Amino acid sequence: MSSAARMGFRSRASAWDRKYSPYLYISPFFILFAIVGLFPLLYTAWVAAHDWDLIMGQGEFVGFENFTHILGERAFWISLRNTLSIFILSTGPQVLIAIVIAYMLDSHLRAKTFWRMGVLLPYVVTPVAVALIFGNLFAERFGLVNSALEIIGLNPVGWQSDSLASHLAIATMVNFRWTGYNALIFLAAMQAIPRDLYEQAEIDGAGRVRQFLSVTVPMLRPTIIFVVITSTIGGLQIFDEPRMYDHSGRGGSDGQWRTMTLYLYELGWTRSDFGRASAVAVLLFLLIVAIGIINFTITRRIATADGGKGRQPSRARLRAQKRAQRREHKKEAAR
Amino acid sequence: MSAAAPIAPVDEQADSGRTLGRRGRRRSAPGGNLRRPGFIIYGCLAAVVLGGLFPLWWSVLIGSHHATILSQTSFPLWPGGNFFTNAATVMDTVPFWRATVNSIIVSTSTALSVVFFSTLAGYAFAKLRFRGSGPLLVFVIATMAVPTQLGVVPLYQVMAKLGWTGELTAVIVPALVTAFGVFWMTQYLRQAIPDELIEAATVDGCNMIRTFYHVCLPAARPAAAMLFLFTFVMNWTNFFWPFIVLGPQNPTLPVALQQLQAAHFVDYSLVLTGATLATVPLLILFVFTGRQLVSGIMQGAVKA
Repeated sequence: MSSAARMGFRSRASAWDRKYSPYLYISPFFILFAIVGLFPLLYTAWVAAHDWDLIMGQGEFVGFENFTHILGERAFWISLRNTLSIFILSTGPQVLIAIVIAYMLDSHLRAKTFWRMGVLLPYVVTPVAVALIFGNLFAERFGLVNSALEIIGLNPVGWQSDSLASHLAIATMVNFRWTGYNALIFLAAMQAIPRDLYEQAEIDGAGRVRQFLSVTVPMLRPTIIFVVITSTIGGLQIFDEPRMYDHSGRGGSDGQWRTMTLYLYELGWTRSDFGRASAVAVLLFLLIVAIGIINFTITRRIATADGGKGRQPSRARLRAQKRAQRREHKKEAAR
Repeated sequence: MSAAAPIAPVDEQADSGRTLGRRGRRRSAPGGNLRRPGFIIYGCLAAVVLGGLFPLWWSVLIGSHHATILSQTSFPLWPGGNFFTNAATVMDTVPFWRATVNSIIVSTSTALSVVFFSTLAGYAFAKLRFRGSGPLLVFVIATMAVPTQLGVVPLYQVMAKLGWTGELTAVIVPALVTAFGVFWMTQYLRQAIPDELIEAATVDGCNMIRTFYHVCLPAARPAAAMLFLFTFVMNWTNFFWPFIVLGPQNPTLPVALQQLQAAHFVDYSLVLTGATLATVPLLILFVFTGRQLVSGIMQGAVKA
């Protein structure tokens, strides 16, 4: 009797176990995301609609006043310009160079692992250290880069005073750390390209460069999209490198390289104005969403423009051609 | 023959491509893996690797001299003897050991926790049937695209309310589990555990958590190791949030470097000594685990 009751309890417990355990297992992520991810993000909009001081806390409800103020500030627009400029200067070259490095790695190398690790090495260096080192290399006086420029007879560049030059220096830091990482992502995607595509291109008389442009790059398109989208989300929030580029950390004497996140930090923690800092956060969020949408539509357009029409028949044609050639070859061999 | 051709296995196609060899020079080089790289490729790759090493080498060079070396007409080619003097000054200026210990604590605890919770959640998503698992997983993946860093202001307020500002908990707790980790383990476990194994464990009378312990954990080990490494590196190199929430008394290494720069911005040697010291631990880690990082990135890329 008592054992039957225990069995009943057992099986009920095990049914519960089976039904609810999965929810228990996934709950840590959802609980944590709700508290430290979603809630702060939503609450940012609430803070942005108030006078809100770092120390004094919540003040009056001001509606869109923080936003109109920020949008009227020259500093905001400069930070927007800087963010976009650094983002473009880092993402563009980075993707291109990473693809080329991946193409070089995607060959029958000796000591494969060594080369792959060598390319990845900068990834483990903390961005703060990267910024300190490059800050020294790009120093206007006594910097190695400017000295090298002088040696080859060029004028030294104002790597800090000139805004475009400073963006270039900061983009170099970003590229230093991430190019190898992305190269490995591209390498993995390249290895997934069917080898016979290369052969067929070869039969069509395509040289190595042509193969790279007509086979490798088109086949990498999904990966390129993936890399660009992930670097958009991170790249537009860039903080570490511009913060550490000089000792004051204010993004240059005239905000030449003050990015939006740096601006956000300065408003919130230097000027104690949480309301306006939150307004910048909301605006940056909208920017990221907008660029995400642009990314999405562009990639969709590219995908439908030639993915449907251009490539499919040409591949089939290649294959047909190859089959014909092989048949001919067999005939020849038979003779 | 013509009927058989389309289903010819890849090997045979590659073979016939080779015998076809219309150009002598590239007879066995139809592209990709089969190409034999020449010295140009090796040269370019060596340049890339050296380009990656050079800034670190430069940091050692300058960090081991006196700062005046930079204003001299020629740059040093070899490390000087000033490194330990500089290192001593670095440690006097900022709580360097404390920062190192803090970085180790933060990186290790978050990596362990991310691995544990992600494996648990990944197991549920990959192998257990429950209502809503599909949409919930989509939700997890979607959160990877959310720039949660933009919630810093309220997050800071939360930490201030809890009295955690200046404490390591403020850095550790938000990083205890990541969407990437959950996604990563889900992808891996989906193919790593045969369903029969779980069924067998259930038939043997294992309850859910014991099945997880005996079936999932052993199978998860390779992916878990990689996830550990990535999380470790990510938290070791993280700056933005620790910089905001930790005070100067209790920094992590990147935060300590920032303090060092603020205190000694005219003395590049000291600053770069600090940069070197903060980088060395991860370089050592990289020597031993770089292989796993490489294959982790490559596996993640294929699946993502």
